[in-house]
Amino acid sequence: MNIFVLVKQVPDTETRIKTKETGIDETGIKWIVSPFDEHALEEALRQKEKNGATVTALSLGPERCVEALRTAYALGVDKAVLLKDDSYNVFDVAYAAAAIAKYLQSAGADVILAGHIAIDSQSSMTPAMIAEHLGCANINNAIELSIEGGSVKVKREVEGGSGVMSSATPVVITASKGLNDPRYPSLKGIMASKKKQIESVDVASLGVSAPKVALASMEPPPPRPPGRIIEGDSPETKARELVKALREEAKVI
Amino acid sequence: MMAILTIAELKGDELKKVSKELLAAARGLGGEVIALLINGNDTHAKELLAAGADVVVKNTLAEYSPQGVANIAAEIAQKKGAKLALAPHSVQGRDYAGRLAVKLGGALVADVVSVKGSESAVEVKKPVYSGKAYANIKVQSPAVITVRPNSQELVTHSGSKVEDGGASAGEVKSVLKDLELTGGTKVQLTDASVVVSGGRGIKGPENWPILQELCDVVGAALGASRAAVDAGWIPHAHQVGQTGKTVSPNCYVACGISGAIQHLAGMGSSKVIVAINKDPEAPIFKVATYGVVDDLFTVVPALTAEFKKVLG
Repeated sequence: MNIFVLVKQVPDTETRIKTKETGIDETGIKWIVSPFDEHALEEALRQKEKNGATVTALSLGPERCVEALRTAYALGVDKAVLLKDDSYNVFDVAYAAAAIAKYLQSAGADVILAGHIAIDSQSSMTPAMIAEHLGCANINNAIELSIEGGSVKVKREVEGGSGVMSSATPVVITASKGLNDPRYPSLKGIMASKKKQIESVDVASLGVSAPKVALASMEPPPPRPPGRIIEGDSPETKARELVKALREEAKVI
Repeated sequence: MMAILTIAELKGDELKKVSKELLAAARGLGGEVIALLINGNDTHAKELLAAGADVVVKNTLAEYSPQGVANIAAEIAQKKGAKLALAPHSVQGRDYAGRLAVKLGGALVADVVSVKGSESAVEVKKPVYSGKAYANIKVQSPAVITVRPNSQELVTHSGSKVEDGGASAGEVKSVLKDLELTGGTKVQLTDASVVVSGGRGIKGPENWPILQELCDVVGAALGASRAAVDAGWIPHAHQVGQTGKTVSPNCYVACGISGAIQHLAGMGSSKVIVAINKDPEAPIFKVATYGVVDDLFTVVPALTAEFKKVLG
């Protein structure tokens, strides 16, 4: 069984984001594996331990993404592939999905796992688009996964609860936080990862043409209106004052 | 005149508010607005016509699947000549919107809070990088755009046309089964207009009733910070933040939540933020519209009592 895990390299959440006209200033940014992709990696490794599988980490982006793939190696994946694109626009979901799907089409993927959302573009759409390209099922927000033979059974989050979706392989599954607790890379794994080979594929060679979106500008979040501390000599007076503010001033309740 | 397709969603027997918000966004772009209503009734159709739809197209789908919804929506879009589709950025929207975009041969932008321009050249705004920046993105149709619930002002309209779509779910590889809904009739987080959340300051799972009572009085959904979830005090489904749900309510009440950047990522676009925390240095006060520096165990019950009084 071939499991592919989509691993996106994103700025660390704690990183200060400085916007430029058409993107962010990458100086001083610490790059990490997108948090939900860690759950996808963990699940792939657990399935490998249970059922046997070849696990490949796949990343799309510029050369620096090899660091994310080294992290995947350190955790225990068997192979890593970088779809190299130096001018990758992280907001162009259709392009990313088309490129990844094109590669996967010839890679013989049985199960494709990804985090349910990447924390940079905050789109959560690439996996479903890949599934449509591949003509297979997409199952989002997995919280339990079992793989048996050529089929999967997934317990997933839905609004207000959970439900079950089953599918034959190939299938694209996205991981929610509830799926597992990701492991940490071992020191031995980290040392070994430095020597592992990363296959690099020039995205141009995949011949992908997809509708493009253009990033017109980036801006800081809109300023929040100045806040006010509700004063009062007892919890009751504060509560009364707050209810008045919410109803008469802000008119939200 | 070009057409814009919006996809309505139901929650139980009710039309979700975001279904109307999509219509408001679509009306701002010009063009004929067509609302696709799957498994809805005449009341839902009337509501959609009053909220911005020129035409409501009704369709049925026996078993829910992302492919089924995408196939139906694509067929209706093609019949109606719609090159642009707006869908809710909900759990279901995330299931099928991407598939629909591929079927329409189009671009996709997700989780937008503002939609401007015309149906052939749309300009959208969306929060990115955990809400630390906003991206303005230009999209040429064909395209699919998912809109964050609670981000649009509703409009009124007087459409009157209801049609049967007759579209087929087509070939479907997996359907949703064994639905288990927890929390019964309680308000759902992602489209709630008021959210009351608890954090580490709630001290233990036995104290949720204090917040739940306030939720019940004001019709709010119960949320939680990562600290409260990781401590095992409440299931992950309630988590608001980067590794939980993103909410954008009219009013977000943070009780005993310090306000880490990961939490702000999930609720920073709320219209009004109320922070109740004993620690006056808590970062949550930097984004709060109203702050109460006090013990939540005394303030929240007082707040519940006061709301009971004024809301009758």
